[in-house]
Amino acid sequence: MNIVVCVKQVPDSWAEKKLRPSDSTLDRDSADAVMNELDEYAVEEALKLQETHGGEVTILTMGPEKAAETIRKALSMGADKGVHVVDASLAGSDAVVTSAVLAKALGTLEWDLVILGSESTDARMSVVPAMLAERLGAPQLSFASTVTVDGSTVRIDRLTDEGVETVEAALPAVVGVAEKINEPRYPSFKGIMAAKKKPVTGLGLADLGLTADEVGLGGSWSSVVESTARPPRQAGTVVKDEGDGGTKIADYLASQKFI
Amino acid sequence: MAEILVLVDHSDGTVKKVTSELLTLARRLGEPSAVFIGSGFDTAKDALARYGAARVYVAEGDQYTAAPVVPKAEVLAHLIGDVSPAAVLVGSTPEGKEVAARAAVRAGSGILTDAIDVGPDLVAEQSVFGGSTLVRSTVSRGTPVVTVRPNSIAPEESLGAAERVDVQIELSAAATAARVVGRKPAERTGRPELAEASVVVSGGRGVGGPEGFAPVEQLADALGAAVGASRAATDAGWYPHQFQVGQTGKTVSPQLYVAAGISGAIQHRAGMQTSKTIVVVNKDPEAPIFEIADFGVVGDLHQVLPQLTEEITKRKG
Repeated sequence: MNIVVCVKQVPDSWAEKKLRPSDSTLDRDSADAVMNELDEYAVEEALKLQETHGGEVTILTMGPEKAAETIRKALSMGADKGVHVVDASLAGSDAVVTSAVLAKALGTLEWDLVILGSESTDARMSVVPAMLAERLGAPQLSFASTVTVDGSTVRIDRLTDEGVETVEAALPAVVGVAEKINEPRYPSFKGIMAAKKKPVTGLGLADLGLTADEVGLGGSWSSVVESTARPPRQAGTVVKDEGDGGTKIADYLASQKFI
Repeated sequence: MAEILVLVDHSDGTVKKVTSELLTLARRLGEPSAVFIGSGFDTAKDALARYGAARVYVAEGDQYTAAPVVPKAEVLAHLIGDVSPAAVLVGSTPEGKEVAARAAVRAGSGILTDAIDVGPDLVAEQSVFGGSTLVRSTVSRGTPVVTVRPNSIAPEESLGAAERVDVQIELSAAATAARVVGRKPAERTGRPELAEASVVVSGGRGVGGPEGFAPVEQLADALGAAVGASRAATDAGWYPHQFQVGQTGKTVSPQLYVAAGISGAIQHRAGMQTSKTIVVVNKDPEAPIFEIADFGVVGDLHQVLPQLTEEITKRKG
């Protein structure tokens, strides 16, 4: 069974983020770049499935040159090879365009399963798994908290606001994994060394049959009119508990008409 | 007047609060038409009329709920093509965003998610990076599909006709390619849903263990609130992961947020700092969460919370 894991390089989710005033795109230099945390679960899940079912795990990313670091990280965890869609004109692409590019790239690969994190910690839209499934015409199995493959059937437990749904479909399929589905492994020293020798293929727009005007800021179907940093919240009153802390909060809540 | 489609979020016809918020918003943009998919329209009808739905497109039948997301997206995309609305509004819930995403791609439309408001010019306002940045965005192609975060718009009643218009579509093979083969409903806590709640009480590392959530839950119940947890608490296994508030996890924006034993790392603040009023209880006076508190008490939550709960119960008489 061949698996492609889509990963994204994002600013560290434990750091403050900001937009660039010039074009309202993410200021990627303002924080350390890391693999999107949710995608680490996707890589781990793919490697676990590979241990049982064999086949190859390919890492696919779209992003600037620097995003190759994220492919390398996934390869050091144990994936077999990488595909990097890189083209200066892709900068600023929205989710609709990103999903179109990824779908085209997936069209050049052999896969039974596409796995990705359910959202990126920068844009936080959580729409790309659904858009990819729509574009590929493949079953969508998203917000998965478990993934099992049995022959040509894939089954997940989908987390919803109503509870858990068990959903199954025939391969090939697109799986979006939820946080905490597994415990992602750390790359071993051996893994890091081995990753340096694993193949990473670069794909440009022309390789995907796309043109520059279909992608990037200009080709996107949505655009930012303006962005403004909000003034930070003003700190209010802080008191020390002298045995009446609860009563003081009650007084405050009453003054604000909450009780 | 321009027609605005609102996808109804409901559970067997019981309409969720976010739908009344979206209908209220839709009335400012044009004439609201609700889109009801699934079963239980008779239950839902009054609630939709009360918030001003002039028309309700009804796609009733088991085929629309046999698979997650896709059948709803196909109904919505069909309506976008059929009635050419000025915009489509969907609740910014995990499933709502997926339905909107697929409908947008299918209909050839741009999509904006997590809006907190939409102006008459269909410019959406979004609050990103945990509320530190405000963004105004538009859709530049097709019919704007906008998902709106629950609790962003104050619902206002205004009677509409809620005239029923039946919709039947031929679902694609893809729509039923994934089948729901089992359902396990979430344990009923009797508390409001986290994303929709107007009051949230959350516990973090400072609660000290799973049993430490008891005073958090008791305070929540006294306030009619939902219970949340920080990443530290869910990582430790003290509280279920679906209640996690933060950068990864749920984003909430209630009228009142009570953070107990939470230090306030950016991971957590990103999910709650747009709350209208923030009350903090923490032993550590240096905890960064105090920087965003409207009212804070430096103290042990195991003393402060029970006293607060007792006071609230007493004052409510």
